[in-house]
This record gives sequence, structure tokens and C-alpha cells, in this order.
Amino acid sequence: MPTSADAVRLRQVAFAWAGKTTFRMAVEDFSVARGERVLLLGESGAGKSTLLSLICGIVIPRSGSIRVDGTELTALSGGARDRFRAERIGVIFQMFNLLPYATPLDNILLPLTFAPKRRAQLGDDPAKEALRLTTMLGLPEDLVSRAAASDLSVGQQQRVAAARALLGAPPIIVADEPTSSLDASAQEAFLEILFAQTAAAGVSLLMVSHDQRLAHRFDRQVELGSVATVTREQWA
Amino acid sequence: MILLRLAFRSLLSRYVTVGLTIFAVALSTALFLGVEKVRTGARASFADTISSTDLIMGARSGGVQLLLYSVFRIGNATNNVSWDTFQEIAARPEVAWAVPLSLGDSHRGFRVLGTTVDYFQRYKYRGGRALAFAEGSQFSDLYDTVLGADVAERLGYRLGDHIVVAHGLASFSEHADKPFTVVGVLEKTGTPVDRTVFVSLEAIEAIHVDWQGGAQRPGASASQQDVRAMDLTPTAITAALIGVKSRIQVFALQRAINEFAKEPLLAVLPGVALQELWEIVGVAETALIGVSAIVVVTALLGMATMIFSSLNERRREMAILRAVGASPLAVVGLLMLESVLITALAVVIGIGMLYAALWIARPLVDRAFGLYLPLTPPTAREACVLLAIVVLGAIVSLFPAARAYRLSLADGMTVRI
Repeated sequence: MPTSADAVRLRQVAFAWAGKTTFRMAVEDFSVARGERVLLLGESGAGKSTLLSLICGIVIPRSGSIRVDGTELTALSGGARDRFRAERIGVIFQMFNLLPYATPLDNILLPLTFAPKRRAQLGDDPAKEALRLTTMLGLPEDLVSRAAASDLSVGQQQRVAAARALLGAPPIIVADEPTSSLDASAQEAFLEILFAQTAAAGVSLLMVSHDQRLAHRFDRQVELGSVATVTREQWA
Repeated sequence: MILLRLAFRSLLSRYVTVGLTIFAVALSTALFLGVEKVRTGARASFADTISSTDLIMGARSGGVQLLLYSVFRIGNATNNVSWDTFQEIAARPEVAWAVPLSLGDSHRGFRVLGTTVDYFQRYKYRGGRALAFAEGSQFSDLYDTVLGADVAERLGYRLGDHIVVAHGLASFSEHADKPFTVVGVLEKTGTPVDRTVFVSLEAIEAIHVDWQGGAQRPGASASQQDVRAMDLTPTAITAALIGVKSRIQVFALQRAINEFAKEPLLAVLPGVALQELWEIVGVAETALIGVSAIVVVTALLGMATMIFSSLNERRREMAILRAVGASPLAVVGLLMLESVLITALAVVIGIGMLYAALWIARPLVDRAFGLYLPLTPPTAREACVLLAIVVLGAIVSLFPAARAYRLSLADGMTVRI
């Protein structure tokens, strides 16, 4: 089956959001293959967050098809899409990834609350797997299980967010400029670890950035402008 | 229960605002329960004041007024009952016993009650408990007096002390020439008995022998010894407590007294009069409950405001929750869980505050108002009230939760500010 070879596939998607301005986005055809690492390049305002929201099932298009890991998102109810996201997608933001008052460990385990299957897959002690991941990511165990997330440096927070996205090896990880708040050396280290972990688990990675220098590390780079057409209509 | 832990840690991270909110709700809970405790305590203490008396008889006035002056020593009789009439009623076949009461004098703010020694046997309180003597015994001599527990304690009187009775209730004219000797002190009862000075009916007559119109007749001072020789049969009494031989005769006797031809009389059943009194007091009672309920609602609205104002700065949190797979409803649930935690914690603290306050205030209230507030665990009714406060907290939090729901739907994973 051709579709099951893709981790993500959007076809003839038309999305509109009406606020002060009406925002429209059309995606003719966009796909990420299983295990593929794709860098999506685009300036802010090009529709990055809308595309990610569509793939994550936060919003649904007016028409078209969005298949993620073989499931048609547009056919699911809101609650089912939320559950789907919890089970199959790991998300990393640019910053503010963590609940500041909770421990990093609780932050990492948080998606499991909404994803019973992902939790079951991790066996009796998901915390052990979480700590294994954070150790791989170079975070001391004490810091992960005791401190409040707000006490961590930005770089540490990003690594905790990566551990959360990787926990239970969901088929797809979506990252929205995860390295832009890090300095150059930390960027390299972060990507190194992220790639090593996604490769080990055969996870697809869709990363959005405006930084072209990262491109050489990805299987493929795509200009957002060539995939999505964005129009804005101001009310007269 | 990671969500419960998250909600708890989220509250902990905002400990100043959350702490103040909890304190406000706790205080209002304590107030509400306190009003409830005082109300039921007052009601019980009121209802416990008199028992085993079938009828109270006095000159015709109002039932509540009669109850107030004869039992609670509040207010005054408008008229007296003649001794002949009392004798006639007391002699009726239905009547098992009748205790005359004569009021009107006072001793340093405490009322003086002229009665017979039967009073100490017949007067019952708190479900049939009889009066008991802490010291000494009932009066036997004309110039003997028995004191209620509060009188003895407050004024520091001991057996053998001499006291002087004042004419009227707030008067400087004293029956100084005829002092009384304390021969007995009663045990504490928690009723107006504690605040009463008891003398014999004849003594009341004796101290007024040479008085006319509220003042001693000039130059007509009758000595203590002269008075002993006189006929001290009273001419009138203020009221009487009556017991019947058979309870079914109460209404017949009541009617007979109310229709007594020679003198306008009134007889009331103490229970019925107490009930009437509560209907009057009930208005204030309801107002008090209403006000304290509004205080609770105000505190809960304060909590809703606190949650409301925190929503904007917490939009990122909500976006994170959405990103990891929480539905908008789960975000709402987390917010409501927080407010339920706040109210539940506040209610528990409120109960603690109330019992601490009761424990401290109890002896003071007992001494000042003769109101005994028992330290009992919350009743089923109070437990319902506490539960209602928590439920109300959840309901009030629906308003900010609804806003959080809309924000969360609009924001998704990315916060648009």
C-alpha cells in the first residue's frame, strides 16, 4: 500500500481560519516517508504552525485528506484526534516545552496519561525508560526526577522535551524550531542526540526551521512555500 | 495520578494567591459552620431551659412574654396574679403541683426570685434533670437565700455571706435593713437559674412590708424581728409553674385557667411558647445564615477571579497540555480539579479553624451568655453543607474553565497573544 509507506501525507488540503484577518492555506501534496528526516524551511508567517497543527490533528481542514501513520485524521472526532496525537506523535517546541512547576520526569511522563497504549508498551515502569532516555541525552538523574522544570537551563529543557517526544517511540516526531533558542554548539549536540535516538527507533522526524545551515543533516529539505500556498484577506 | 500531582504542584507554585484564596474560603466556611453551631447550640440550650413543667401561668399578656419573664428572667410582667387565685388554681383536681414565682427585685444585676422550696424539686431542665446543690441546702429561714452558680461565682459569694436585695431591677434603693444569708449555692445548669437569686415567697413579702409605691415609708422601718411576727402570706405572685397529674388534662386545665372568671389569666405550654419564640428569633437566624452563605459565595467568587486572572499567563501551560495529547476538556478538567482541591483544602482548614475557635471561645461564651456550645463532630447536615461548598466551588470554577476551553481551542499548540 503506497499510503502506509508514508508517515505523513497531506493531499488537496484547504484550510481557513477566520479571525481579524481570514487566513487560508492550501497544501496540494506533501508527505514524509517512514523513518525519513525532513527539514521544512520557512520564515515565520509562512504557515508553519498551521501545517504542524494540521498534522497533529489540533485543527482540521475544510477539505482534503491528512493521513498520519496510516490514519485519516479528518475522519476522527476531536477527542480521537487528541488521543491519536498522544499515542503517535511526539512534539517539541522552540521553547516553553515544559510545565514549569512539575519535575522534568513528570513532564516526560505526561503524554502517557492521555496515551494508554503507549504507556502499556513501556511496561511496568515508564519512569525507568524516561530516565534511560534522559541519561542518553546527558541529563543527570537527580535533576530529572527532583528539580522543578523551571530550574533547568534552556538547553536542558529542550533535551527534556526531546525525551518526552521520544518516550515510547511514537512513529512521528514533530519539532518546531527546537534548536533556535540554543547556541551553535548546543544545537549540534542536540541534533546529534535527536538523530541518534530517532534513527535507533525508526522514527520519522519533521522539523521546521528557518536555518538553512542544518539542511545537510536531513534526508530531504523542503521549502514551505513550495508546499503550501498561504493567503490572507484583511476585512475592508 | 499524575494529573492530581500536577494540579497540586501547580497550586503550590502559586502559593501566595492560592494561599490567600484558601484562607478566604476557609474563613468563610468556619464562619458559616460557626453560625450553624451557635444557632443549634442556642436552640438546644433554649429548649433545654425548662422541662417537665406542663403549664406556665401568669396574668394575661402574651405567651412569649410570659415565658420570657417567668423562665428566662427577661422583661417584666405587666400584672400580677392574686394569691387567692393561685390558691384556687393550685387546688384544682388536675393539678399535681404548683410552684409560685414572684419577681421584681434584683441583686447587683441578678434577678431575685421569690418562690417556695418546691421550686428546687419541681424545676427541671435539659430533659428532666433536677437542680442540685453545689454547697449548702435550700432556704429554711425567712432571711435565707440560695444563689445560682453564676451569681456565686461572679460575685464571689460563699455560704454564710450576707447580701442585700435591691428594689426593682436597676435601682439604688436597697432593702438594706433586711440582709439575707447565703445558705446554698446551686450547681451550674446552663440555664437562667444560674443567674438567679432565690429567696422564699415570704421573704419577698417581708422586705416590702414597710414599702409603698417603690420607696420605703419614711419613719416606718419595721425591724427584722418585728417582721417575723407578721403575717407574711403574699397578696400576689408574678407567675406559677404547674404540673398536672395526667398529661391529657393539660389542655382542659389550660382552658380553665384562660377562662378564669375572677381575674384575666394566661396559661401556656412551655414547648408551644418556646416554639413561638423561635419563630420570632428564626427571622434573625435565617438572616444570619443568609449572610454567612453570601460570605461563602463571595469567597468562592474570589477563587474564580483568581483562576480567571491566571488564565492568560497559563495559556502556554494549556498549549503544552494540548500538544502532549490533552483534549480541551482535559484542560478544563485540570482547572476544575484545581478549584476542587482549593475548596476541599479550604473546607478542611475551615473546620480546623472553627474547632480551634470553639475550643478557645467556649468557656467565654458559656460565661458571658450562658450558651453551652458542645464540641461535637460535624453533623450529617453540616457535612452536607461542607460538601455543598466543594460542589459550589466546582460550579463556580466552570466560568473560568469555560474561558480556558475557548482559549485552548483557539490556541491549539501555539499561543497567539
